[in-house]
Amino acid sequence: MPVNPDLVGRTYPPAEPYSVGREAIRDFARAVQAGHPAHHDVEAARSLGHPDLVAPPTFAIVVAQRADAALIADPEAGIDFSRVVHADQRFTHHRPIVAGDELVAELHVDQVRAMGSGAMVTSRAEIRAADGEHVATAVSSLLVRGEDQ
Amino acid sequence: MTMSIDFDSLEKGQEIGERRIELSRADLVRYAGASGDLNPIHWNEEFARSVDLPDVIAHGMLTMGAAVQLVTDWAGDPGAVVDYQTRFTKPVVVPNRFGTAVEASTALTVSGKIGALDDAARTVRVDLTVTAPDLSAEGADPATAAPLKVLVKAQAVVRLG
Repeated sequence: MPVNPDLVGRTYPPAEPYSVGREAIRDFARAVQAGHPAHHDVEAARSLGHPDLVAPPTFAIVVAQRADAALIADPEAGIDFSRVVHADQRFTHHRPIVAGDELVAELHVDQVRAMGSGAMVTSRAEIRAADGEHVATAVSSLLVRGEDQ
Repeated sequence: MTMSIDFDSLEKGQEIGERRIELSRADLVRYAGASGDLNPIHWNEEFARSVDLPDVIAHGMLTMGAAVQLVTDWAGDPGAVVDYQTRFTKPVVVPNRFGTAVEASTALTVSGKIGALDDAARTVRVDLTVTAPDLSAEGADPATAAPLKVLVKAQAVVRLG
């Protein structure tokens, strides 16, 4: 089943909030080989003016991919996850993500473009804190390869 | 916020440095666990080949996440990165390699230079060049394989002061 072009404009509401923990930040930082002390040492983060450990710039993908999961799991979307290739990614940080944040992401499908027998799906996760403060925007383009691609 | 860089001293085209980031199969498993992206193309060779990949490949997001460390270390504060984008062009093949422990089998080379300065916003756009050896052929030697650009239009915007 091909990707459904009528997905454009569709919105998926936030799932359970994601609680950003210090150990999750440290684990993610180690995984991307980010040695900056602000990811590991609370005092180092505070000396830079942050309330707690700062997440690496791409940490928002963890929250965004949870939001993407709702789209991929939607039976009306027609997205075969085994044929998905990550084509493009962008993060805009309205403020840094820090330990202690409770984040929710609302997903918007901005574009579906036919690419041969497949399609390029561009989605945008708007990530907000529990009090509604806009924290980050993550835009992902996924190439869903067609049967012969 | 303490910043070590003087915005007014920066010039377009200026280089901010270069670094080499080694990757092993263990690094891919670590990233899978930390990110929750458990797609088996990043840790299971047979599965990767079954979907027409040459071998196990690194998560694009691992490459993107590791490459930006050059920028955050230069800026002195990871919270200063206000925008970061890239296009993923070629996969980073990570062959199996081990002796007494799992060993690095490829490496990213990351370099950055200043692509744009916005005086009003006090922001700097750093353009990154990220390559990895082309290990798509069986038995290719990472020391001699041609470098491939694995990220294109990789740009990080840093706010200073």
